[in-house]
Amino acid sequence: MKEIVIKTDKLTKRFGDFIATNEISFEVYAGEIFGFLGANGAGKTTAMRMLCGLSTPSSGTATIAGFNIYKQTESIKKNIGYMSQKFSLYEDLTVLENIKFFGGIYGLSDKQLKEKSDMLIEQLGFTNETKKMVGSLPLGWKQKLSFSVAVIHEPKIVFLDEPTGGVDPVTRRQFWDLIYAAADKGITIFVTTHYMDEAEYCNRISMMVDGQIKALDTPASLKKQFAATSMDEVFFELARGAKRSD
Amino acid sequence: MIIQLIKIFVKQFLTFIKKEFYHVFRDKKTLLMLFGLPIVQIVLFGFALTNEIKESKIVVCDYAKDAASRQIITQLDASRNFEIEKTILTHQQIENSFKEGKAKLIIVFPANFNDDLLHLKKAQVQVIADASDPNTANTLTNYVTNIINGYQKELSQNDPVPYQIITETRMLYNPELKGATNFVPGVMALVLMLISVLMTSVSIVREKELGTMEILLVSPVSPFMVIISKAVPYFALSLVNLTVILLLSVFLLDMPFNGSVLLLFAESSLLIITALSLGLLISNSTASQQTAMLISLMAMLIPTMMLTGFMFPIENMPWPLQMISNIVPSKWYYIIVKSIMIKGLGFSAVWKETLILLGMTIFLLALSFKKFKIRLQ
Repeated sequence: MKEIVIKTDKLTKRFGDFIATNEISFEVYAGEIFGFLGANGAGKTTAMRMLCGLSTPSSGTATIAGFNIYKQTESIKKNIGYMSQKFSLYEDLTVLENIKFFGGIYGLSDKQLKEKSDMLIEQLGFTNETKKMVGSLPLGWKQKLSFSVAVIHEPKIVFLDEPTGGVDPVTRRQFWDLIYAAADKGITIFVTTHYMDEAEYCNRISMMVDGQIKALDTPASLKKQFAATSMDEVFFELARGAKRSD
Repeated sequence: MIIQLIKIFVKQFLTFIKKEFYHVFRDKKTLLMLFGLPIVQIVLFGFALTNEIKESKIVVCDYAKDAASRQIITQLDASRNFEIEKTILTHQQIENSFKEGKAKLIIVFPANFNDDLLHLKKAQVQVIADASDPNTANTLTNYVTNIINGYQKELSQNDPVPYQIITETRMLYNPELKGATNFVPGVMALVLMLISVLMTSVSIVREKELGTMEILLVSPVSPFMVIISKAVPYFALSLVNLTVILLLSVFLLDMPFNGSVLLLFAESSLLIITALSLGLLISNSTASQQTAMLISLMAMLIPTMMLTGFMFPIENMPWPLQMISNIVPSKWYYIIVKSIMIKGLGFSAVWKETLILLGMTIFLLALSFKKFKIRLQ
């Protein structure tokens, strides 16, 4: 039996008449890379924001790392990392300052901070850039740094909201190397993406259409199920009937 | 355990404050504004403005109670510039009515005013003005002198030997009528409000815009820490600015400083906190830096300039504006600063204004925290 780290039960978010996320239920296992796919406006970001405690569900429940999303948000926050759609480090702080700041707010000690930042910089190959303002780095570098900062406190789960948007293929590949490295350390990865080749890298994926989960399985099974040769076709097959998109 | 928690809290807080200082000191434009502004303002407002003053409270001490004094009083009364109260005041009472703000100007007719005028063809009137607001004092004194001169001319019309009424003017608190005494407290209020409201609101909204706010909200730090740590650098910088303004005004503009420096800084800190709370409220209600800036300017800069009393005398304004001026924090601060710096009064003289400011602060803080909680949902 695999350990379940995310479990949602009919999780719903309404904005007035609009149902952004409609009774989604799924489970994510410890240590897996879970792809959370869907077209624009399908409700991925809303769902992710609820799981991170940024938004309160309208109905339904969920547990994250064993904690209830209504009552135990503080415990959840300690156990998750988050990287938003927008690039979100401080551009007017240097690489090292950003690492130290985010490490600091997760309560790492000075010693841990020193070790972590040395390791991170080494891993990213940023040795010569530590004193550079983050704003002056190329986007791909920023995204890699952003991810490393999101897992600096070794959370149980890290939520990545379209982490590779606008990044070139080589950097995307490097980015996924970082994701694999984190997964190897036992961090569960919950990632949304638009790139279907990236979907192939995931252990399991879910497909959201119009606020609902229409399919959930390993990439191989999904392809089989839809008699498709690639994830692109699977996605097209599912998203074709979508009413919402922009 | 508790000590451990406090340690972590303090460490996180310091981490935040350090980061905020980085933000401030790396933004050259902001820095220029922060430190250039007070100097520019002081120079700008050096060109004092004069305005017509209506229905200003003046007190007439008529020891004469004779035909001549009554006629002059009637003419003063007929003018729309004054609202006259007739009483006899002792020296101490005169002093007090100025300090309490009951009178802007006091006219004293000596006991034998008419007799002197008829027999000696020469009489004296004393005009004492509260010159801590030099524009008003000057204008009011001019109005009074004009009316008295008019009366003198009237009298002399059919007489070969002209009558002479000598107005002896005394400018209380600020004998040299220095404009600085008026605009420096105003500039202090303006600068403190500007930095604290505008900078805080913009810096918080910037985090929302950049998306970093989300990251902070997902982290285990308390949202209040995020907010409070934003306020700390601006609080510190405001105090630095205050010191710069005070030094400039005392040593460059020869502004008097009669009261307690400590009290002035304490009261200034209160205004800064009021302004910071307003900044927090604005930032919690807006989503973009432009909106935050616009609201800050509309809700703070303009009312502060117009309704504080250092540019345009509030007593001249139509009553709806006078009412509105009461909710402008800087108006109260302006009164406090003038009382402390110029009149050299202590806390007992400004406790009412302090209480009003304190009330405003608590109200604004409560409101912005409430707003913040709602936003998190």
